[in-house]
Amino acid sequence: MKEQAVLDVSRLPLHGMGAASPTWWGTAAFMLIEGSGFALAVAVYFYLMSLAETWPIDAPAPDLAPGTWLTAILVASVVPNMLISRWAKRRQLRRVQIGLVIMTLLGIAPLAFRVYEFPALHVWWDDNAYGSITWTILGLHTTHILTDLVDTVVLTCLMFTRHADNPRRYGDVQDNAMYWNFVVLTWLPLYVCLYWVPRL
Amino acid sequence: MRSKLNLRAGGLLLALPLCGCNGTQSALHAEGQAATALKGLILLIVLVCALVWIAVVGVLFWALLRRRTEFAAGNKIHDHRLRLAVYSALAATAIIVAGLTVASFYATRALYSSHPPDVIVQAKAQQWWWQFTYADSENRPLFQTANELHIPVGKDVLITLEALDVIHSLWIPALAGKQDMIPGRRNEQRLHAERQGIYRGQCAEFCGIQHSHMALVVVAEDEDDYAAWLAEQQKPAADPITAEAEAGRAVFLGKPCAACHTIRGTAAKGSTGPDLTHIGSRQTLGAGLLPVTRGSLAAWIADPQTLKPGNNMPLVPLSSDEVRQVSAYLEGLR
Amino acid sequence: MTKDDPILTPRDTDIADAELHARLMRTWTSPPGLWAAIATVDHKVIARRYIATAFVFLILGGILALAMRLQLSRPEARYISPDRYNQIFTMHGTNMMFLFAVPVMEAMAVYLVPLMVGTRNIAFPRLNAFSYWMFLGGGLLLWLSFALDTAPDVGWFAYVPLSGPEYGPGKRADLWAQMITFTEIAALAVAVEIVVTVFKQRAPGMSLDRVPVLVWAMLVMAFLVIFAMPAIMFASSTLILDRLVGTQFYNPAKGGDALLWQHLFWFFGHPEVYIIFLPAVGMVSTILPTFVRRPLFGYMLLVGALIATGILSFGLWVHHMFVTGLPRVGESFFTASSMAIALPAGAQIFCWLATIWAGKPVFRVPFLFVLGFIVTFVLGGLTGVMVASLPFDTQVHDTYFVVAHFHYVLVGGAVFPLLGAVYYWFPKMTGRMMSERLGKLSFWLIFAGFHLTFFPMHILGLIGMPRRIYTYQPELPWAGLNLFVSLSSLVLAAGFLVFFIDVVRSRRSGLPAGRNPWGASTLEWATASPPPAYNFAHIPVVFSREPLWDEKDALPVTSGLRTDRRELLVTSLAAAIPQARESVPEDSLWPFFAALATSAMLIGSIFTPWAVVWGAFPMAVTLIGWFWPKGTKEEMS
Repeated sequence: MKEQAVLDVSRLPLHGMGAASPTWWGTAAFMLIEGSGFALAVAVYFYLMSLAETWPIDAPAPDLAPGTWLTAILVASVVPNMLISRWAKRRQLRRVQIGLVIMTLLGIAPLAFRVYEFPALHVWWDDNAYGSITWTILGLHTTHILTDLVDTVVLTCLMFTRHADNPRRYGDVQDNAMYWNFVVLTWLPLYVCLYWVPRL
Repeated sequence: MRSKLNLRAGGLLLALPLCGCNGTQSALHAEGQAATALKGLILLIVLVCALVWIAVVGVLFWALLRRRTEFAAGNKIHDHRLRLAVYSALAATAIIVAGLTVASFYATRALYSSHPPDVIVQAKAQQWWWQFTYADSENRPLFQTANELHIPVGKDVLITLEALDVIHSLWIPALAGKQDMIPGRRNEQRLHAERQGIYRGQCAEFCGIQHSHMALVVVAEDEDDYAAWLAEQQKPAADPITAEAEAGRAVFLGKPCAACHTIRGTAAKGSTGPDLTHIGSRQTLGAGLLPVTRGSLAAWIADPQTLKPGNNMPLVPLSSDEVRQVSAYLEGLR
Repeated sequence: MTKDDPILTPRDTDIADAELHARLMRTWTSPPGLWAAIATVDHKVIARRYIATAFVFLILGGILALAMRLQLSRPEARYISPDRYNQIFTMHGTNMMFLFAVPVMEAMAVYLVPLMVGTRNIAFPRLNAFSYWMFLGGGLLLWLSFALDTAPDVGWFAYVPLSGPEYGPGKRADLWAQMITFTEIAALAVAVEIVVTVFKQRAPGMSLDRVPVLVWAMLVMAFLVIFAMPAIMFASSTLILDRLVGTQFYNPAKGGDALLWQHLFWFFGHPEVYIIFLPAVGMVSTILPTFVRRPLFGYMLLVGALIATGILSFGLWVHHMFVTGLPRVGESFFTASSMAIALPAGAQIFCWLATIWAGKPVFRVPFLFVLGFIVTFVLGGLTGVMVASLPFDTQVHDTYFVVAHFHYVLVGGAVFPLLGAVYYWFPKMTGRMMSERLGKLSFWLIFAGFHLTFFPMHILGLIGMPRRIYTYQPELPWAGLNLFVSLSSLVLAAGFLVFFIDVVRSRRSGLPAGRNPWGASTLEWATASPPPAYNFAHIPVVFSREPLWDEKDALPVTSGLRTDRRELLVTSLAAAIPQARESVPEDSLWPFFAALATSAMLIGSIFTPWAVVWGAFPMAVTLIGWFWPKGTKEEMS
């Protein structure tokens, strides 16, 4: 079939930022998948609660301290996270580097509190269904903190190499920041579920 | 009007070869109140759907084979008419589907009776047999039996459903639809036989290696026969009348048999296997596997794992004389 | 904004076709050799592998079906032991759903969507390679377990407590659950790729109302995967936890619940049916207009019906649980919602009928399969209306009636269109036509064999035959029909045999196809058959829904893409206005290594929970290797 050129695309940028980048959409799609996973976990939590005569089953309500501290750190981390995203958009390499180091630390800090969250539940995963679902929810969320932490560490290293000053990398930084916001945002309903629903 | 349609559709189905002619386990051979209501609904929906299918396939063939004299793609009037046809068909679909939904709701209401039952039987399903416990009017247990229900014709019988291991499902198609038996939950099933007869049922939820051989029989009998049966079943086991059976009882009590089975009136008090107090009066053996005869009893005792591979009855090593004696004893437990 | 120098970089403007082809081939083709074959990220190569592997699983699953028909051909037959039979029906269902139907539909999408939207590769091509290796790993895991006589024996639905720690000894149920994880990772990866390809890589001008129906169908299917598959992954993972570390999700004695499993399973399981069926709707809607020589009637209505079906499919799951004793009010709601899905299904059928009515049919093999589909699927849909009625369902649930119903829907509704699609797109994929003569023979054998095999099962169910029984007693009136069904299944198998013979024969010696042998309207026919590694020498520009019918003289295209690196166009979501000249990744072995590491972790975690911990390290290494920039031209921007 004959072809007829009707559109010259040579002047287009080589990489789209934000919603113009396929990576952004890919990250969004994975967030949708994992978001469905979290929503299901919460649904299972309430389902088991509706079947139980007492809730929590054979356990006191979990201690508030570790989980609340962790929540506070996660919420606070959103501020530098948003700043990084803005710096990345403006391609300010030095600031992005510093921000990523800070975000690495802010990724490690919640893990320190997470360690204390499990015993604060006062139930083992194999005691009963309440223990199973609470440990699973905590474990699932911990996996997300961990994977984003690894991602942040790798990205931090990358931003100190020759590959750093590249729109593609800044896009990665923005997507990573978006994913961290997702990790924080999904924690909030889980926090309410784990710590406050048993106190109702 | 509807019953006439049902009749015709029923005739159509029955005309098919190899239909459930002995009818003991067929949704189309309805002998219970619920099953009759369901059969009516089934025939109604099948008929409506058959008409819809014929209409759709008819239109398809017409569309394929019609003569194309006025063919013109993109013709506006043409497209307008088509659109009208498509939307009318959609509207018809909506009406039919709504009608069937309403018919469904009415049939559902007919299935659940709210007045108190005349008889209550407790059913406990386990891999791969059914345990039934009959109770008196104060709900005190009277006796246990296995794989065979007796119910009075024309009465409401409530079966409480429990499962002791995995999920099972009680299904006696000639009497009613099925209902699952789920560990940790309690369900109910109502049976109301309209005619005397023997109806076969079978577990309908996959429950492991011998799911295929987990059947039961329901004997629907008149009030007197039912009362006589109840009275017989409450009695302890009959004493053996022949020397052979006498020896059989000794073997039964001396070997591991008694560890799993109960025979009321003897020292056998095991509870993992079916209660055998009146095994000789039952129709089948091994949950619908074989008719109860002396020969089949002997075959079963000699080698349960070949007849029903994987079932929970172990092979108890017995001499051929002992097998003969035990089967004579069990056959006599009427 | 960084820009490459337009003078120094080689571009596709103003050079001869042959020279352009040579340059693009240099950039886009994988070198020969085994490692390069493993490293390839060409969506067409991966899709062909995916399709071929899925069809191998179809053959294996079909052999299992024949084995079951042998065992059921007479009462109390002893050809197959009950334990083996239970493995066989579990394998048949699991294999057909997770290793054939879903993967083959996704693989068709992986092949066709990039071509139909006019782009050069699928989004995230390395993820695509990873997806194939995971799928293959899951399939091998399941079939190896069958070869070792330790295959799952708990049904493709694996209801607890039968599959739980107490009643499912050994590792059989774990193998089933972990195979799920493999295939769901693969399916989710493809779903993400499809969504992003459709959203961001459509040819300029292909606004949402010009997107081919097949692409719409694949998009809706991808969203169903995204929302439904997490449920089965959650279910299978918690089952493994119950079995491995003693969690109590499904143990009623400890606050768990057996029905929780069923809710989770069917929340996935019902949309799963539409994950398989919607792509088939797309195939039918694409093939049909080509053979009646007119555009599809009711494009908007059809697309609306696809979306409505997708949404409704999440509100039906309880109709698989009508006899579990759930509250009656809730069950009535699910009767109504299940009936309601007849409306979008009806809309699709009526649009196809209207298209045929207004067109001029040409009876070629793909069209025959479409017609066979309509006749069969309408019947399956109507029996679907029957089982949607709660009271009706109490008699037919878990009987052969249901076996008949879902084979009508899945084989009639999805496999017939798929076979039609193979006949239709085989020329595009291989450059050769399949045989009309063998095609017609195979169609009639399959069509007749299918109905003779599955129609009597409706009757068997109504006269009391339950599903999943390895035998039945001679006094039951089922023997005659069962023998008839078993003999008929040989006709069906013969039809498939002819089909596969035709595929093998045509691949070697079929007539050359040319670009557009059927005179079809969509973009995949604008390029050579088989398409070159770069798909399109110039990315097309789209002005209508049927570009190849409406642009009779010359295909409008873009110019200005570089030829020395893998470049394609990213366009806006709704109107497909060009936004960027994005480069896409080169071949890489890392996805393969990542799949190996993931497989090791998943298989290890069947045996010990610590496998998750130590297995995470090789996974992290491979993923870093995958994403770490190598300083190639593709990474410039």
